[in-house]
Amino acid sequence: MSDIAIELRGIDKSFGLVHANKNINLTVRKGTIHGIIGENGAGKSTLMSILYGFYQADRGDIVIDGNTVTIKDPNAAIANGIGMVHQHFMLVENFTVLENVMLGAEDSQILNTSISKARVELKRLEKEYALEVNPDALIEELPVGLQQRVEILKALYRKADILILDEPTGVLTPPEADHLFRILGQLKDQGKTIIFITHKLREIMAITDEVSVMRRGEMVATRKTRETSVEELAELMVGRRVLLRVEKGAANPGDVKLAVENLTVRDGRGVTMVDNVSFNLRAGEIVGIAGVAGNGQSELLEAISGIRKAVSGKVLLNGQPIDVTAHVDPRELRDRGLAHVPEDRHHVGLVLKFEEAENGILGYHHDKRYLNGVFLNTKAIQADAEEKIKKYDIRPPNARLKTANFSGGNQQKIVLAREMERGPDVLIIGQPTRGVDVGAIEFIHKRIIEMRDQGKAVLLVSVELDEIRALSDRIIVMFAGRVVGERDPDATEGELGLLMAGVEGRKEAAE
Amino acid sequence: MDFFHTIIAILESTIRVSVPLIFAALAGLFTERAGVFDIGLEGKMLGAAFAAGAVAAVTGSVMMGLLAAILISVLLSLVHGYASITQRGSQIVSGVAINFIVAGSTVILGEAWFRQGGRTPALSGDARFQTVTFPFADAVRDVPILGPVYSDLLSGHFILTYVAFLLVPFSWWVLYRTRFGLRLRAVGENPGAVDTAGISVIWLRYRAVICCGILCGFAGAYLSLAMSAGFVKGMTAGKGYIALAALIFAKWRPLNIMLACLLFGFLDALAIRLQGNPLPLIGQVPVQLMQALPYILTVILLAGFIGKAIPPKAGGIPYVKER
Repeated sequence: MSDIAIELRGIDKSFGLVHANKNINLTVRKGTIHGIIGENGAGKSTLMSILYGFYQADRGDIVIDGNTVTIKDPNAAIANGIGMVHQHFMLVENFTVLENVMLGAEDSQILNTSISKARVELKRLEKEYALEVNPDALIEELPVGLQQRVEILKALYRKADILILDEPTGVLTPPEADHLFRILGQLKDQGKTIIFITHKLREIMAITDEVSVMRRGEMVATRKTRETSVEELAELMVGRRVLLRVEKGAANPGDVKLAVENLTVRDGRGVTMVDNVSFNLRAGEIVGIAGVAGNGQSELLEAISGIRKAVSGKVLLNGQPIDVTAHVDPRELRDRGLAHVPEDRHHVGLVLKFEEAENGILGYHHDKRYLNGVFLNTKAIQADAEEKIKKYDIRPPNARLKTANFSGGNQQKIVLAREMERGPDVLIIGQPTRGVDVGAIEFIHKRIIEMRDQGKAVLLVSVELDEIRALSDRIIVMFAGRVVGERDPDATEGELGLLMAGVEGRKEAAE
Repeated sequence: MDFFHTIIAILESTIRVSVPLIFAALAGLFTERAGVFDIGLEGKMLGAAFAAGAVAAVTGSVMMGLLAAILISVLLSLVHGYASITQRGSQIVSGVAINFIVAGSTVILGEAWFRQGGRTPALSGDARFQTVTFPFADAVRDVPILGPVYSDLLSGHFILTYVAFLLVPFSWWVLYRTRFGLRLRAVGENPGAVDTAGISVIWLRYRAVICCGILCGFAGAYLSLAMSAGFVKGMTAGKGYIALAALIFAKWRPLNIMLACLLFGFLDALAIRLQGNPLPLIGQVPVQLMQALPYILTVILLAGFIGKAIPPKAGGIPYVKER
């Protein structure tokens, strides 16, 4: 069986009570790109961590090139020709590219000789795989796409034949992702085997030869990519049919509910994150703000919702100004009809140590109906929580459970229920489905459309372009703090991608 | 010439008091660059000083004293390492605990063993480090300017003094020019990168902590075997903290550390010199103010004059593999 690069037989792994991998079998052919897809928490990363020696499997065998091997640490994985590009780059930011590449693979105690050797080898790799990068550049000065390239070079430098990429496109712009796909294609042509982990169906269809689907710790299917479809894979991932396109009618925009004029926001370091941004948001429409993470979307949301002071500019809510350059009381904003589902639900949206019911009233706890004089009316709070649990299908349906014990999707539903059920005029939502499983995504999307159809104005920020395109009635693209364009939701992904990459300003990000 | 001699004298004592600071700050450099913060420099130095004084007094050998100092200091470092690397405890709590335990136990043990009020017996002869006199030091003393610089400033120090100053470029070389140094700096910035490169984070950090122990051992031995003739309770008198301040002040870089330690040493020497003597224009300055100067200076300079001192990124955080 010489065309098999790697075979996993009956891999089993538990963390305490969590059965992360159940009897996994997987065969990856040499010289192919093999996709592994599954929802968050399906066990993909655990499986790859076992392959890379981070964890030991409780049971099962790893067979590489026909030999059963024991991979007890990353060193053993490297020795067996396995390289890994981690989701969060494993790079030392204030080291040069060269230092990062040779770290752990230096060939003598004294650096000088190692450095000159590494420089030659890096040059050769750059040529062979067309992976140009300045070896003396500091990592922190490189754009993300290039940092990822360094990770790939690191693996190649260690003579990896099997390359594992864990969610590699999460941090990339669409053009950067396309470039990565070309690199992967090239590596494949040179005979490397690539295992590509993602939860994005589109990417699987675009570059893989074969795809394996994981669900709740099990390997549920393996397909040839050209013999399967997005719908089939989605169904395998979730275990039932899901609606990928959200059903929605035409928008019926009314009055301007939120007007942002020349808003400028700086972050703690004094860097301008939002630069003279203006837009209008009308009743009965969803405006999506697209952009690669870190281009000012977060700061924009924070300024509008009163979390961060703006430097200059005006924001009008229902025609009345919000003094965004001074301290704004978020409670006052709530009373005036603005609800906010923050991007970071763990730190801003919820108190994870609180019970579900307590989080369900957070920020609205001054409301008379939750109070009994100066005391909380626990009965009313409990009843309110149970109602929301039912309506939003929050599982497990236990209002007394600590919020930390809910899954990501259910935590998000707790926040959404709290903010949506107040019937705000303007709803601001950041990353509505980050870390949320596919089943819950569908539900959340439906609820957002419902809000729109009830005549609410919805401002949506998401780094998931698919989500923006599926939900928005208008799309605003932000790059480097500026609004660089406004498009209809039927704009092509390529068009939006170029805008998101700021092709005008940053050539290297778009190459 | 009187003024010139005063300057020479102050500089000479600057060097003398800077030595333990340099040893201790370099010790801190090694662990902190590896991501293990160490507030226990003070305790390790004190423990080492006591071990050196006690063993040298009993054996009559300065080398045995030095070895004992290093041994005790390394042991204390390993305790800190076990608490903060293996058990992933709070590095601050562990360091403070070491400081307290050592401060108390040196007095108890000293009293129990030697019955001299927590001191170790006064050392002399082979039980103490002797000063090194450079060739022709006496002959050239009368040469103007250069004579005193050579004879009084450069010559006539303890061997450990020269070791301390040689350790500065040596530490730089180890950190920036060897594989060990590269890995050590990497583990203090992003232990994940080191782990995924197939290197043990734990073993690497332990080695850094051991380096710290050895250097603190030198610092302690210098105090009780060179600067003084025996151990006196609490003889480190906050030098471990000043070394820590120098380390931050120097932004965790070897050459800067030497300069920072010399600056703090200079202030110390000046304080001793000025004791009881009124300053021109200002008049009498309380000695406490002079003693507080290094700390005040650190705060002021860190608050804006030297730019941001960015500590190693993974400093103070125990390494836990993802999930």
